[in-house]
Amino acid sequence: MPEERKATDYKSDVKPIWCAGCGNYAVLTALMRAFAHLNLANESITIASGIGCSSRFPAFVKTYGIHGIHGRVLPLATGIKLGSPETTVIAIGGDGDGFSIGGGHIPHAARRNVGITYIVLDNSIYGMTKGQPSPTSPEGMVNKAAPYGAQEHPLNPILLALSYDSSFVARCFSGRVKEMTEVFIQALQHPGFSLIQVLSPCVTYYNTYDHYREVTQALPEGHDPSDRLAAMALALETETQYLGIFYRDASRPSYVARFESVRARAPKTTLDTIFAGLKR
Amino acid sequence: MQGIDPTVVVRVGGEGGEGTITLGDLFTRIAARSGLEIYSFQTYPAEIRGGQVMYQTRLGLRRVMTEGDEADVLVAMNQQAWIEEHEDLCAQAAIVHEATVSIPSGGYARFPIPAEKTTQELDWPIGKNFVFLGALIWFFRFDSELAEDLIRQRMGRHPESLEKNLEAFRRGYRYAQATYPEPFPFTLPLFEASREERILLSGADAMALGALAGGCKFYSGYPITPATPVMESLARYLPQFGGTLVQVEDEIAAINMAIGASYAGQRAMTATSGPGLSLMVEGLGLASMAEIPLVLVNVQRAGPSTGLPTKTSQGDLFLALYGGHGDAPRFVLAPDSVKDCYFQMIYAFSLSERFQMPVIVLSDQAMAARQETTPLPGDPWNGPLQRLVPTPDQLGEAYQRYAYTEDGISPMAHPGMPGGMYLSESLEHDAYGHPDQTPDNHERMMQKRANKVETARRMLADWPMTSRRWGDRGAPFGIVGWGSTRGAVREAMGRIHAQGIPVEAIYPHTLLPMPDQAMADFLATKRAILVPELNFSGQFGRMIEHRYYRQLDELGVHIYQQKKEQGVPFKVREIYDAAIDMIDQERHLWTREQGELARIFDTVRRVQDEAADRCGGGHDA
Repeated sequence: MPEERKATDYKSDVKPIWCAGCGNYAVLTALMRAFAHLNLANESITIASGIGCSSRFPAFVKTYGIHGIHGRVLPLATGIKLGSPETTVIAIGGDGDGFSIGGGHIPHAARRNVGITYIVLDNSIYGMTKGQPSPTSPEGMVNKAAPYGAQEHPLNPILLALSYDSSFVARCFSGRVKEMTEVFIQALQHPGFSLIQVLSPCVTYYNTYDHYREVTQALPEGHDPSDRLAAMALALETETQYLGIFYRDASRPSYVARFESVRARAPKTTLDTIFAGLKR
Repeated sequence: MQGIDPTVVVRVGGEGGEGTITLGDLFTRIAARSGLEIYSFQTYPAEIRGGQVMYQTRLGLRRVMTEGDEADVLVAMNQQAWIEEHEDLCAQAAIVHEATVSIPSGGYARFPIPAEKTTQELDWPIGKNFVFLGALIWFFRFDSELAEDLIRQRMGRHPESLEKNLEAFRRGYRYAQATYPEPFPFTLPLFEASREERILLSGADAMALGALAGGCKFYSGYPITPATPVMESLARYLPQFGGTLVQVEDEIAAINMAIGASYAGQRAMTATSGPGLSLMVEGLGLASMAEIPLVLVNVQRAGPSTGLPTKTSQGDLFLALYGGHGDAPRFVLAPDSVKDCYFQMIYAFSLSERFQMPVIVLSDQAMAARQETTPLPGDPWNGPLQRLVPTPDQLGEAYQRYAYTEDGISPMAHPGMPGGMYLSESLEHDAYGHPDQTPDNHERMMQKRANKVETARRMLADWPMTSRRWGDRGAPFGIVGWGSTRGAVREAMGRIHAQGIPVEAIYPHTLLPMPDQAMADFLATKRAILVPELNFSGQFGRMIEHRYYRQLDELGVHIYQQKKEQGVPFKVREIYDAAIDMIDQERHLWTREQGELARIFDTVRRVQDEAADRCGGGHDA
């Protein structure tokens, strides 16, 4: 009988650097609960991250972790998954890390359908650098880097993930830990690439708790997560920010499975055989 | 024909899209299979269609070191090929040319071939190169059956065009046989060929095979000229060895994905060229800081920026040695021949795994693209070394991933290993991997990472692969070089030696850490050294000057830098001239020398005078 693990079994001794009330604490709690629910062995989990407040995440969890460089968590996590397919690989970063500097990697992680759970802790601000507009900040946001207001339209992470054909797309809110835990449990069992946008407010530079409490609600009952067009239509609604699993397609082969098939098809050889074939 | 051992240099010129490279490549393979030693070079424009393409191959009875300065045979597939490629022909060169091309008389033996007419008759306009191939096979008296077999092997993927190409080949062969029955002015006595066991290998394939021999199991890369052939070779082989190759979205993804796979316990690599290396520099720092093994091949091309994408250079040395923010230790290796590419890749994996550090292997376009006949590589020295993993008693709560050790190496756990959970950190960290930015810790950890380079330097002092030294032991004049220039240097030294002038060379293979002991030993007897390299500012010479300034000063050794940044390799003549010039300049500084040095100076004066006489004018120093 495998031992039953508790959420606290995944907690490390390192005290989070996050401000009191930061949305990231809820994500930490939800993820550890999801691990416990699935009873994952600590050593079977690797959390990779980029750079930013949320990317400090791996230090606070007692699993394998790697804190890489800004914007590159997806290729890093992909390498880990391909190098150790039996590992549960989670990629974590913020909206700046994922949608700005690292935005070019999302379509390719989606195309590969590599089995990693990508959690974007989206606070719509650059928090670690003390408050500049991010790719999901609203137009007109005023702060030190944008004294005349942000001049860009915010991007829509859910729509973006859907249009890249990610095989699992969901949105969560740090004000709703129970629902978030449920989504994480589903995502961790998804064989392919999953992208989860977590609305995770920054209490210091852009406190959106009240706003999100007002505009978020669960996806309509009866939404069929295999219907990509319906998912896109719901993602296009910005007045209401829907929470839950927008889209899921578990039938697509994962990247790991594809390479297993490639290796199985490749005829085995040795260096001696190759050299023999190169003889003039 | 140059040197003591006869060789023949065949140069093929054509337009991009005419099959010039295919012609050169097939001719080279047939010559190798006929028992000859070969060494080829290709230069082509960055475009797929249009622009002049040149393929030069040198055939010999014994080991060939360079593609040769002057062509004995020029194959001009069109008028432009004659215009662009007729420089550096030997005096009585044979010109095998398209019949409609006009070639001025002038001492050349001309062999018109009606390739265009033949391909019109065959209604196969793209078969010109095969008509010429047929003619060449006759001229060199190679076995046409053997040639046809090879064509079938190489071109078998296109069965619809194979028969037409074979027909074009036969027409060319028969035309030349009927029209030019007399012996061709440049042939080699095939019966004298050594026919020793040889493989025909390109530098790029040698690197791919070396990676496999080094235990590589993961490759992520982005296409870039001239490094792509390394990826294409591994794309085929890696899955056959149980590995994985991913073509990624950019070079930044390439290096980070390889780092991820290595973190997970695989021996991982990527390959790129200049612009890609620039993009990878941040990832290099991560591998250095988080102490993750990584092998990075840089097949250099001429820069800066997009530069000359298909042309060769050694201009990335400083980027490889010093590129990146902060002091981020790494190793830099520089193979100096196709065979050495194979071995240096094995050593690269050994060093990267043993020391948990990034290793950059510097090749270049000329070495990656060329074919060379080479003996079967034997077993590597001391290879491949393994990564240090924690013992069971080191695991658990007390496990220190970055334990401070004297040699700098700490045991590395992998995902899946119970009790090994740790944080691999790009932030400065303590022994456990926890972020720690206190002054003492930072200094201590910088020292730990730097210590690995010194540990490696001590370990490598006993390894024979860290440098190659040859020539007249203890000669007062030397050549210090690196990488693919070795062939030209070696051949030039043969000529210098043949003049009665002793000269010695050293080629470090580990440029970081430098083989200081071997260098000190080499420099100890020198009056002056020539440092030839293919870049604009003389990066290696500056590095040598900077690193060994004290010894150079105390010993009174003068440095003569020879820099060339034209996108093409050194000619043997250029190295020869620079070396003779160096000794001649030293002659003016050392007027009262006695003994051996006086004899050398006399010889150089004679050699210079003779050269001046031949040129019919003064020699410009």
